[in-house]
Amino acid sequence: MPHVTYVAADGTRTTLDAAEGASVMETAVRNDVGGIIGECGGAMMCATCHCYVDDAWTARTGPRKDGEMDLLDCAASPVTDASRLSCQIRMTQDLDGLVVHLPEAQV
Amino acid sequence: MSGRVVIVGAGQAGLQVASSLRQDGFAGSITLIGDEPGLPYQRPPLSKAYMKDGDAARLALKPDSFFARADITYRPMTRVSAIDRLAAEVVLDGGERLGFDHLVLATGARTIRPPLDGLDLPGVHELRGLADARRLRDAMAQARRAVVIGGGFIGLEFASVARAAGLEVTVLEAADRLMGRSITGAMSARFLAAHVADGVDVRLGARALAILGTDRVEGVALDSGVVPADLVLVATGVRPNSELAEAAGLAVANGIVVDADLRTEDPRIFAIGDCANFPSGQERIRLESVQAATDHARHVARAIMGAPAAPYAALPWFWSDQGALKLQIAGLSTGADEIIAQSDEDGAVHSVFAFRDDRLIAVETVNRPGVHIAARKLLGAGVAVTPAALIAAGHDLKALLPPA
Repeated sequence: MPHVTYVAADGTRTTLDAAEGASVMETAVRNDVGGIIGECGGAMMCATCHCYVDDAWTARTGPRKDGEMDLLDCAASPVTDASRLSCQIRMTQDLDGLVVHLPEAQV
Repeated sequence: MSGRVVIVGAGQAGLQVASSLRQDGFAGSITLIGDEPGLPYQRPPLSKAYMKDGDAARLALKPDSFFARADITYRPMTRVSAIDRLAAEVVLDGGERLGFDHLVLATGARTIRPPLDGLDLPGVHELRGLADARRLRDAMAQARRAVVIGGGFIGLEFASVARAAGLEVTVLEAADRLMGRSITGAMSARFLAAHVADGVDVRLGARALAILGTDRVEGVALDSGVVPADLVLVATGVRPNSELAEAAGLAVANGIVVDADLRTEDPRIFAIGDCANFPSGQERIRLESVQAATDHARHVARAIMGAPAAPYAALPWFWSDQGALKLQIAGLSTGADEIIAQSDEDGAVHSVFAFRDDRLIAVETVNRPGVHIAARKLLGAGVAVTPAALIAAGHDLKALLPPA
């Protein structure tokens, strides 16, 4: 199972086993990682699963999906080049070890 | 802030109240009561992703560990039989009583059962909860001919999935257009064309007279004849669960009547989500949506915390996935007196702007998330947009947004 590490705004790190194919948002919600809400369940209707992909990983997570930037416009925390909606990043073996940083606020 | 909060209904609204209260620092006790088994879950995917993949684990809103960590007492498979306002207690089936300082009714809605013969035949389904969705999904795997009674969001979402799974699908809609309660005529027409192109037999103005069959469902009778079916989904809308409130002497009119703070006439009792009838401008409305569930919940959590409350005024938004089309709606188009629609080169409508009294009130889009988000910002900020201003801006809502 690929691992993913969430780094909260206060620096707390949580590393989880992700089911192959599960999104970074789903993996967080399933394991009660604070800092990711995922209010619309991954339907691309909100921006409450905003994360910052660690610099070391941006090449492998690839570009944003269609419409993702539009939703990020609604994010509660500042949007940077590293900003993604974590519901749009699916965990694969290729992303084993992925690190994402979480914003101060999602709502 | 302390005290005892009891929440009746463990859907997205009820759970969000509990979660927001803890997030806001509420130190009292929280009891969340639900009548279904298992963890609180998301309903929107039941007719969408879940109907395709059957993965129930993905539906949970929070894991089991959340309830212990947040010190929330979750009581699944528990029904509330009465609210004793004099004693400030809810009475559970079996007689147990739970005292409250604040009571939140998040009781949701249930499927309307139209007065049709044959409604209880095997093979006739409704789609509201996970248990319904499981049965329907299993049935779909065996079925060849599905008839959907009701051309609203849920009926059409299921129709798309069933059609994609290879079933023959007929949709019966009594009104003259699809999703007529929720969207404009131009967008109804767009979706009608899409479903027909996918091979769904959509019949408008078609009223089901009876569901036919002896041992199990065999068809649906119409004025014009019988549509054969081995699976029937009844999706003619929902009715708010307001009986508990009514029996407790609270006002009920298409839902539990609440004020701009989402309180009933009893200041200790709130109602939120699908079951709440709340003020919106000069009117009263009831919404069935994730947006209303979660925005109501956060509002009530703040009110319980004693935060000074501005009247509830969040912008409604909705979505529906039907085949390759994602419909996104910002605002309510009810009462629109002018429509501006934009189409692709092939004539398919992709954006509808609805106006009332020369002011933009709602925007419906297909596969245009950027326009949807801009509409939410614009309408949410209360910016007045006239039809002339929209056209002058080249239909570009972003150009109409006030500078950030």
